[in-house]
Amino acid sequence: MKTLGDVKVGESSTIVKLHGEGALRRHLMDLGLIKGTSFKVVKVAPLGDPVEINVRGYELSIRKEEAAVVEVQ
Amino acid sequence: MADSQIHVALAGNPNCGKTTLFNLITGANGYVGNWPGVTVEKKEAKLLSDKNVTITDLPGIYSLSPYSPEEQCSRDYLMSGEPDVVVQVVDATNLERNLYLALQVIETGLPVVVALNMADLVEKNGDKIDTDKLSKKLGCPVMMISALKNKGIKELFEQVKKSAASKGQVPEHKFDSSIEDVLDHIENNLPASVPAKKRRYYAVKLFERDADACKLINLTKEKAARVEQLVAQCEQDCDDDAESIITGERYGVIAHIIDECMTKAPAKMSTSEKIDRVVTNRILGLPIFVVIMFCVYYIAVSTLGGTVTDFTNDQLFGTDGWYVLGQGRDAYDAAVEAAGDNADSVDPAQYGPYVPGITTVVHDALVAGGTEDGGLVDSLVCDGIVGGLGAIFGFVPQMFLLFVMLSFLEDCGYMARVAFIMDRVFRRFGLSGKSFIPMLVSSGCGVPGVMATKTIENEKDRRMTVMTTTFIPCGAKLPIIALLMGSIIGDSSTTAAWISPLFYFLGVFAVIASGLMLKKTKLFAGRPTPFVMELPAYHFPAIRSWALHVWERCWAFIKKAGTVIFASTVVVWFLSNFGSYNGSFGFLPAMDGIPEEFMDYSVLAMLGNLVAWIFAPLGFSTWQATALTVSGLVAKENVVATAGSLLSVADAGETDPSLWTAFAGMFPTMGACVAFGAFNLLCAPCFAAIGTIRNQMDSGKWTAIAIGYECAFAWVIGLFINQFYNLLVLGQFGIWTIVAIVLLVAMLFQIFRPMPKHAWTDEDETNTASAAVSA
Repeated sequence: MKTLGDVKVGESSTIVKLHGEGALRRHLMDLGLIKGTSFKVVKVAPLGDPVEINVRGYELSIRKEEAAVVEVQ
Repeated sequence: MADSQIHVALAGNPNCGKTTLFNLITGANGYVGNWPGVTVEKKEAKLLSDKNVTITDLPGIYSLSPYSPEEQCSRDYLMSGEPDVVVQVVDATNLERNLYLALQVIETGLPVVVALNMADLVEKNGDKIDTDKLSKKLGCPVMMISALKNKGIKELFEQVKKSAASKGQVPEHKFDSSIEDVLDHIENNLPASVPAKKRRYYAVKLFERDADACKLINLTKEKAARVEQLVAQCEQDCDDDAESIITGERYGVIAHIIDECMTKAPAKMSTSEKIDRVVTNRILGLPIFVVIMFCVYYIAVSTLGGTVTDFTNDQLFGTDGWYVLGQGRDAYDAAVEAAGDNADSVDPAQYGPYVPGITTVVHDALVAGGTEDGGLVDSLVCDGIVGGLGAIFGFVPQMFLLFVMLSFLEDCGYMARVAFIMDRVFRRFGLSGKSFIPMLVSSGCGVPGVMATKTIENEKDRRMTVMTTTFIPCGAKLPIIALLMGSIIGDSSTTAAWISPLFYFLGVFAVIASGLMLKKTKLFAGRPTPFVMELPAYHFPAIRSWALHVWERCWAFIKKAGTVIFASTVVVWFLSNFGSYNGSFGFLPAMDGIPEEFMDYSVLAMLGNLVAWIFAPLGFSTWQATALTVSGLVAKENVVATAGSLLSVADAGETDPSLWTAFAGMFPTMGACVAFGAFNLLCAPCFAAIGTIRNQMDSGKWTAIAIGYECAFAWVIGLFINQFYNLLVLGQFGIWTIVAIVLLVAMLFQIFRPMPKHAWTDEDETNTASAAVSA
């Protein structure tokens, strides 16, 4: 399974499914990370984590650990 | 509630300009209250232009889900029946995500007015929004405003008053027909008591299996089963779970609305993106961050702020006095130099426009008014009250400068980037990137350091940062370090330069070790806090909000200082000046035949003797050492002055060799001396900082936990130092050596063991409070 954390900087992809449960999952959904949403990984922080993605026209910071629940194409 | 009274709720995403709007329309006269039970701020104030309108500023949220306390509070307030109308503030530059919350608010059935904020920026980007069409699609009025530039606000509130008189709307937007069918069925199963305009809201909530809503509606068993069956069927048909289906439908509706109502200019790189290319750059990000933080620290703590604070402490509140614009200072200094031993006889007023310090003024006024020089009243007012207030208010200028800069960094959007850059480092210690700022600030002063934790949204992270941040040695602890260095090595400047950093490392070690240990206690356990955070677009903060931000923080401190902290200071004055001598109890300095070291007979000495046994394993069981620690609670730099008076080395500073010798003589061994130093640097901070902790924790229990933990940790470290010094250097072994070894093993175990899997529930807190303290 390829996840959001595996997408390289500068590449775009589309969300296939949101795994996980509870507050984190709902929070990601509320922020617009749902099935079919396309996004772009803009950059990675100086120390290698977290990553910054552009989704629905805004910038979002997400740790690789949490990005692992987002399955992408 | 009178008919003419209107309650308006202000809702919106974080960073949508809601607070700017609130400050603008209320004139920032709002009072800040807390939501019951959780530390979520709610602000309430009257509209400036119409006192009959009350505005409630809800916390910035992304959704009305039941998961976060902010969101729960917001929706409880919306459904409480109090608000007559909701102003939904929408960041027009980020319409898609902002409308997601707007749709949910509209579904509540309350009258809603959508305020499209930052409309000027949209125009600048070349985009166009058709507000009439948007209004039709959403089924509620849509107004263009710019809170920053004060545009469209009057029209907005004319509309708000009109809408408040209306009965609210049934939402216009429709989901996919298959979902609508299910929602219709659920609506039919709702009890008749649910009013028409709220039926859809509850139908959607039941579809989502929202626990709170289910409890509230309390369907009969058969109906609940019927609804569950409908939802399960729908989930199967869509091959997705209910929450995802609804979220997907909402974003689907929004995509349609935006297609019809907005024409976008071709995408180009925004200013924010350009700034971020440099500021959060993989290579430059860290250096830039270091430079910015160094500047903030340098200005607020080292140079400007430090100067102003010294001035407030020594000259304005103290006995030194000052010259207007410094005129005459040089001449006076020269005269003092020339007078040599008779320096006291030089009258500073002869050399320029001299203003005496408040202590001097008050003292002279009291003596002139017939009060006995050095008597009870004089001592209480000058030493106790003015001295105490001075010690506290001395921090205000420093704090002010610091908050001016930190609030700017926060309001312009840089703090979010700091968290982005530093998260990796702090996550290891169970904290997030946002904990860095408080730690840095605390190396100057713990009071603004603790206050800086306000930017940490997550409650556990904030509490842990508050608990550990004062371990970092602050400016006032430097004299203690200098005194220690002098006593141990006999030199406070050159050869001992490496000792001073050691105490900083001790502070950093205390933070890291505490982070690692506390994270594994039940108090802070649980899954690591998710760090999913919006990086908002940079913008220059509205001056009004910025100023207000600074003012609120300074004022909170001044209020605290004037009450709790001040009272504590006076209590310590009382304890050290009252006592019994020759069989009579009273004000010691005024007693007949009392020696210079009257503190030997004070209540403080008696109490010191009572608790001194606690410090016996640390090597210092005299009441003097205890008294020094207590005096450090008023202000850490007091430790040196008190040591001077206790040891009868009057007027000695931390660089005076005679004080070093006398101080070292207080302790049986060097190990005990270092243990004393370590304990004083790590234990409870000064009253000012404790008061701030109380303020920030907003809970007496948590304040007690924080202070208790700090003292316990300091004690254990002091024990290690003294016992291991005794064992390794002096070859002594005793029962306390065993205790120290056992504690060390326990500590290492707690630091290095893997994260335990607690069956953690939020209700557990009370039972585990003591566990954390003893850990």
